[in-house]
Amino acid sequence: MALPGMFRRYVFSTDHKIIGLQYLFLSLAAVTIGLLLSLCMRFHLVWPAARLPFVTGGVMTPEQYLALVTMHGTIMVFFVLTTAPQSAFGNYFLPLQIGAMDMAFPRLNMLSFWLTLVAFLVTLSAFLVPGGAPISGWTAYPPLSGMGEITGPGEGAGQSLWIAGILIFCVGSLLGSINFISTTIDLRAPGLTLSRLPLTVWAWFVTAILSLLAFAVLFAGGILLALDRVAGTSFFLPAGLVLSGQLQTHGGGSPLLWQHLFWFFGHPEVYIAILPGMGVVSHILANFSRKPVFGYRAMVFALCAIGFLGFLVWGHHMFVSGMNPYSSLTFSMLTLSIGVPSAVKTFNWLGTLWGGKLQFQTPMLFALGFISFFVTGGLSGIFLAQPALDTSLHATYYVVAHFHIVMGVAAIFGIFAAIYYWFPKMFGRKMNKGLGQLHFWLTFAGVYAIFMPMHFVGLAGGIRRYADSSGASYLVSLQPLHNFMTIAAFITAGGQLLFFYNFFRSMKQGEVASANPWDATSLEWATSSPPPADNFAGQLPSVYRAPYEYSLPTAAQDFLPQHLQSEHDPAQEGRSC
Amino acid sequence: MLASTIAESVGRSAGANGSAGGYLGPGGGASPNGATPQRAYITGMFLALGGILMFFSALVSAWVVRRGLPNTDWQPIPLPHILWLNTLLLAASGVTLAYSRRCLRTGREADHRYWWGLTTILGMGFLAGQLLAWRQMLSTGLFLATSPGASFFYVFTAAHALHLLGGIAALFALAVRPPRRLTPDTATRVVALYWHFLTALWLLLVAVFLLAG
Amino acid sequence: MLFTTNLTDRIRSPQLRISERARGSGSPSLLLAILLILVVGTTIFVFAARLYPAPAPISRDAVLVDRQYNLTLYIAGVAFLLAQLGLAYTVVRFRDRGQKARFLRGNAGLEILWTSLTLFVFVGLGVLGRKAWADVRFTAPAAGAIQIEGTTSQFVYAFRYPGKDGKFGRIDPSFVSAPTGNPLGIDPKDPTGGDDIVASELIVPVNRPIELLLRSQDVVHNFFVRELRLQQDAMPGMIIPVHFTADHIGQYEIVCTQLCGLGHSNMHSLLRVVSQSEFEMFLNRQAIGP
Repeated sequence: MALPGMFRRYVFSTDHKIIGLQYLFLSLAAVTIGLLLSLCMRFHLVWPAARLPFVTGGVMTPEQYLALVTMHGTIMVFFVLTTAPQSAFGNYFLPLQIGAMDMAFPRLNMLSFWLTLVAFLVTLSAFLVPGGAPISGWTAYPPLSGMGEITGPGEGAGQSLWIAGILIFCVGSLLGSINFISTTIDLRAPGLTLSRLPLTVWAWFVTAILSLLAFAVLFAGGILLALDRVAGTSFFLPAGLVLSGQLQTHGGGSPLLWQHLFWFFGHPEVYIAILPGMGVVSHILANFSRKPVFGYRAMVFALCAIGFLGFLVWGHHMFVSGMNPYSSLTFSMLTLSIGVPSAVKTFNWLGTLWGGKLQFQTPMLFALGFISFFVTGGLSGIFLAQPALDTSLHATYYVVAHFHIVMGVAAIFGIFAAIYYWFPKMFGRKMNKGLGQLHFWLTFAGVYAIFMPMHFVGLAGGIRRYADSSGASYLVSLQPLHNFMTIAAFITAGGQLLFFYNFFRSMKQGEVASANPWDATSLEWATSSPPPADNFAGQLPSVYRAPYEYSLPTAAQDFLPQHLQSEHDPAQEGRSC
Repeated sequence: MLASTIAESVGRSAGANGSAGGYLGPGGGASPNGATPQRAYITGMFLALGGILMFFSALVSAWVVRRGLPNTDWQPIPLPHILWLNTLLLAASGVTLAYSRRCLRTGREADHRYWWGLTTILGMGFLAGQLLAWRQMLSTGLFLATSPGASFFYVFTAAHALHLLGGIAALFALAVRPPRRLTPDTATRVVALYWHFLTALWLLLVAVFLLAG
Repeated sequence: MLFTTNLTDRIRSPQLRISERARGSGSPSLLLAILLILVVGTTIFVFAARLYPAPAPISRDAVLVDRQYNLTLYIAGVAFLLAQLGLAYTVVRFRDRGQKARFLRGNAGLEILWTSLTLFVFVGLGVLGRKAWADVRFTAPAAGAIQIEGTTSQFVYAFRYPGKDGKFGRIDPSFVSAPTGNPLGIDPKDPTGGDDIVASELIVPVNRPIELLLRSQDVVHNFFVRELRLQQDAMPGMIIPVHFTADHIGQYEIVCTQLCGLGHSNMHSLLRVVSQSEFEMFLNRQAIGP
């Protein structure tokens, strides 16, 4: 076809599958950049005096380190963990799994992607302006972030671009959520009741609701912060600030107000990052255990409970902030309660495996890894949930270990599991199994090697966001742990090359995949690999049963696809009709 | 009138496409040719309104906190008198819009267009009035950063006005060119939902300003 | 044929399909189990051997915190062990060796059991941890507490003692001028400020309750002493009191944990817990000064 046609087909496409792939490639680019930034950070923590070729001035300064910290967090949280699990896989597979031709609003969908891409580029451009990227962390607390260059390098244009990028991202996210929720409510195939939805669909649905409510609040906070910076307002800036010996003219604002607004968004955000992964894990475990998900209804309740409670716990990021100590206890109890549905999900995953016929394909390995990391990360959370303990752990490497294990590992394992699982459907070819397994073992061992020691650094008082250990004298004693973690990080990061090689090579040269290589039951496997443009070749399916009917005792074979009318389908038993 | 409009829309979409059970029932929502069903546009608009409500709720919470800080420099601001006229214009536009939709439903095409046009004019009148309100504020020396009360006044009115501008653009767009994927009934309902929401929101914001003193 | 061609592979022989799917052997499960055992073993070892211990607590409140920490550690440790080893056992025991999977949708009784158990344990932990928090945060400092003001700024700590009159001089940011020796902005016209003592280290007498009033001049900073198990952000625009009673003489590091700019990692000071007589000598020395 002529170039304009290809342009329309692959660049400005309204096809949810293309848009899903666009989001996926965006998040792969983002994770590569984010990973490289973190390697620079870990390198600096071991060799702070090394001369680096790409650093202005040769030796990395503390402000450059802090810029890396800020951008690493921002890119990973927004452009990887919010984008890949929800926007990439949700866009590709939600319509398929509910038997629809596309999302409810395809053009809005395309707009959402392009806004997200623009947001990515605007955020990245903070590196390129004078002063560089901001140094206030992905949390951007004012007054550090609210007053321009006077509080530090990167706080001028860099911080402004950061805010602009985040605001654009918020809009893209909000539009995407509207699409996801409308599609799930209104475009389900005949027979697809809510209790027959795959848990992936439930997860994307709850996540989209969280997104809709949370990003709206971040948008408001971001606008107010921008106004404080450029318009002289004082939403977050108190009176009497003295910077560089000069009394500032702001008055009466509250930095705590920013923290409340930010974390009201920020806590649901981390559930936005993990919930889709939980859905994918349930989906994959059932498939490769050849058993239904244990306690489907409990799993749905747990997803909803986590989503709901997720809005009530934001104060646990603010225990030592100067917030009312009585509210701290309330937030603490609610935070501990959210551990209950999380534990219920873990028990149900084990129940799904129990008595199964476990097959260790690569997606299954990553799903199992997810469980292990989610348990580890979740358990470190119960320390942080208690303010008496958080008083000694807040802003130490213990917190960094906790959130990396749940977000930087478990959620990423959810993404890997989804990629290995759905690669055949998206590209019509399978990824190489040997490389995939090797990737899993290296990554599993590697990330435990990186992040388990980090807990001990934190428990001993190692403080986060420190560019070096030149301050308090006890920090030097923690250096051996830092050295170990850096080496583990470099090896593990290198191991990801296996994944990238496998991913891109298999797109062209992988073994050709059938429509349903995993013998799965959900609707995405009822069409070709990859699906045709309208998903089901003109014949939209109807649904006749629950999503995980594996090993039904009365059935002829160990899986019953949702769209097949009868258990005793002649086509299934090998007889032609 | 708003309640019955909503009730009508739910009842109507439950019956459309022949699917039983409305929003939460078994699927079958998509039309036979797979196109987006009309009721999805209504769902989408409700969701959008949910997001917009959260946005303004965040601003209102910020306002509540900022006002209540100890040692605060909060001072009540005098509201420009034109705000009352603007409020009347916006409320009137809601009435004309609802009537315009009634005309559409009863087949009175010409009347529908007439009242739709009137709604657009009233909406633009509101926006013009808001600009005048800003000028009145500025002339009394209350700029964006002059006081926290003034800051919030400008932020609230600007945010609301920008959203309303989107609504006016939609009113124009529908008047000029009927949309391809939505029926006139759905399209006008979606715009009406948005418009009535912004009207209700404006009334709420005015109440907030009044409370401030 | 009722079905379109993209479903033709569905009518292939079941035998062929099963062998295509079940290509994995059971060995990944054994390797996974071994790795999980290694992770659990190493972690428990490092904790049990106290290889990287937090420094010993120096106050009664800190000891309470440590007790709550230990309780949480035991519970979390047991859960960690059971969950990870449970996962290891399950994947090994139920690896595909040609068996049929047991068809189970769930078990309502089990759901109720483990939900209640988890709720009880987690909420119970929270309830038990209340005292350690309440003792520090809900209670005022003991009568006769020595008030010291801690002011943070980019990137230093300054501690102010009220001097012989026992009163702090009024602070006005417009008077802040480090070059002329008034880094805190004490109003020169306020007579109570004349005898205020400003030091870069926090010096306190042992076994006396201290009330530390935390302030910030510019951005959000923080005050953290590991041995006290005490940490508090210093919020500009607020004065936040914390209190402690140190019961061990010694020298302890104060660090800033809230990202405050390029000098964040270098912002630190010392808490010196000294005898009562040494404390008085310190105050007198400062009072006599230039």
